[in-house]
Amino acid sequence: MPTVDDIAGLRQILTRSRVVAVVGLSEHWYRPSYFAAKYLLDHGYRIIPVNPNHTEVLGEKCYPDLASVPATVDIVDCFRRPEDIPPIAREAVAKGAKVLWMQIGIRSEEGARIALAGGLDVVMNRCVKIEHARVIGGLHWAGVNTGVISARRPA
Amino acid sequence: MPDRKFGFDTLCLHAGHVPDSETGARALPIYQTTSFVFDSADHAASLFNLQTFGNVYSRISNPTVAALEERVAALEGGRAALAAATGMAAQMVALLTLCRNGDHVVAARTLYGGTYSQLATTFAQFGIDATFVDADDPAAFRRALKSNTKAVYAETIGNPQLNVCDIAALAEVAHGVGIPFVIDNTLASPYLCRPFEHGADIVVHSVTKYLGGHGTTMGGILVESGKFPWDNGNFPQMTEASRGYHGVRFYETFGDFGFTMKARMETMRTLGPTLAPLSAFLLLQGIETLHLRMPRHCESALAVAQHLAAHRAVEWVNYPFLEGNRYEKLAQRYLPHGAGGILTFGVRGGAAAGERFIESVQFLSHLANVGDAKSLVIHPASTTHRQLSEDEQRAAGVTPEMIRLSIGLETLDDILWDVDQALEKSQR
Repeated sequence: MPTVDDIAGLRQILTRSRVVAVVGLSEHWYRPSYFAAKYLLDHGYRIIPVNPNHTEVLGEKCYPDLASVPATVDIVDCFRRPEDIPPIAREAVAKGAKVLWMQIGIRSEEGARIALAGGLDVVMNRCVKIEHARVIGGLHWAGVNTGVISARRPA
Repeated sequence: MPDRKFGFDTLCLHAGHVPDSETGARALPIYQTTSFVFDSADHAASLFNLQTFGNVYSRISNPTVAALEERVAALEGGRAALAAATGMAAQMVALLTLCRNGDHVVAARTLYGGTYSQLATTFAQFGIDATFVDADDPAAFRRALKSNTKAVYAETIGNPQLNVCDIAALAEVAHGVGIPFVIDNTLASPYLCRPFEHGADIVVHSVTKYLGGHGTTMGGILVESGKFPWDNGNFPQMTEASRGYHGVRFYETFGDFGFTMKARMETMRTLGPTLAPLSAFLLLQGIETLHLRMPRHCESALAVAQHLAAHRAVEWVNYPFLEGNRYEKLAQRYLPHGAGGILTFGVRGGAAAGERFIESVQFLSHLANVGDAKSLVIHPASTTHRQLSEDEQRAAGVTPEMIRLSIGLETLDDILWDVDQALEKSQR
């Protein structure tokens, strides 16, 4: 099963998911992970920070790893280097997460294989904030070529 | 299922606009408003921090203008675009986002007169230098590069010399020193040439011309390819904390549309040459027929060029698709579907005969614009290039007897009739 990379597939993932574990979330407001997590909070998602270096980010308790998270997780959003992805993928499978999402600039074929074998959907090399804004709304206002062609009224 | 790659004609009609979510309106609503309410104090903070996408104030972004931006970005095959009040404003915003005081640009000597003046005179006042070189000689561009050069700048089709740019060669020159190649694609329009496919990094347009097509509305736009590596060390303003926007790192935060975001949030926000929403709406009405108009402009211009070439009252004709034209090969490579609607020619009898020609045409409009649906005519030496000295005019390819025609969409036989009767009067 291939990774999800089309507009309909991304829209479906982002519409059906509610809880996003952000692995590698920084506490610094100017870092991309913070931008993305703040964006998801603003758009009705629950954020669970995962980073052994912090105790709280964006007002949410921060956990050292996925296994310590005491809640179900829909998306595991990874702000980590490619070589760190396979163990995160194994944790995501163990946790029963639905989607392994690797941020823009991050590709791990091995991580993808592990997650796909565990029954997860996989998104690779895409920013969760930019893709949400692209396929659900908002990015268009920044003059970005979203690729969305449709004669239907947005939901 | 992979996303469909839609054709150019479909993009002309649909890119950047889906039906209105509130009302279902099929046509693009004109958001004639200066400002947009915030949902809450936190929403306002997120918008100002760029942590969410949305509209604050129409100097920065507006939903009607955004439809134009996304449509042109899609037509060019680019990542993102920023509209401006005019083409001059768009290129200014592009270059002032790249260059700071003490920086340098290498540009084609054949640039449109207004662009030449913007670089040579206005930017010089800001401490941004320009070197103008032979537009046909990539090696001349390379020789003019300095350690502080931040852009190579040229036009797909020069005006009024109608020189065709070797886009791939100039992109290679720029990339050799890690700087972007910026190209004005106005006279080709994305229908005839998409410079990103040949290595250009930033495209600018006067949307006033073929994109709008109707000659009613001024507008400009810059488009970024999304492929330039802004973290190569030459553009610290893209990678370091922004002084102009409370510490945002544009490339890290916005990636392949970081340049457009910086141009919008710093250059456009602080200088303010914004496109009006009504103008964006009008320009989009034109773009909906770009794919139908451009082939006709090209066919008729070639027919007029061939007709003039055989005319006894004409000394020379310049149109890139004419057999034997010095740009024929470059035109075949970069403009395979046509060389646009503009051509120049020299009337026998010099400047005086040229003036008689212009005063004798019946429905060709004498005015300083190109790319209109109506046919236009002008004598560049006494109008568009009047601010330049004769030497500067010749360097820009303008000779005293030159007439420029911008061929419109009228009945071709009527255009030929008007040209013929005016040529006859020019020889009396």
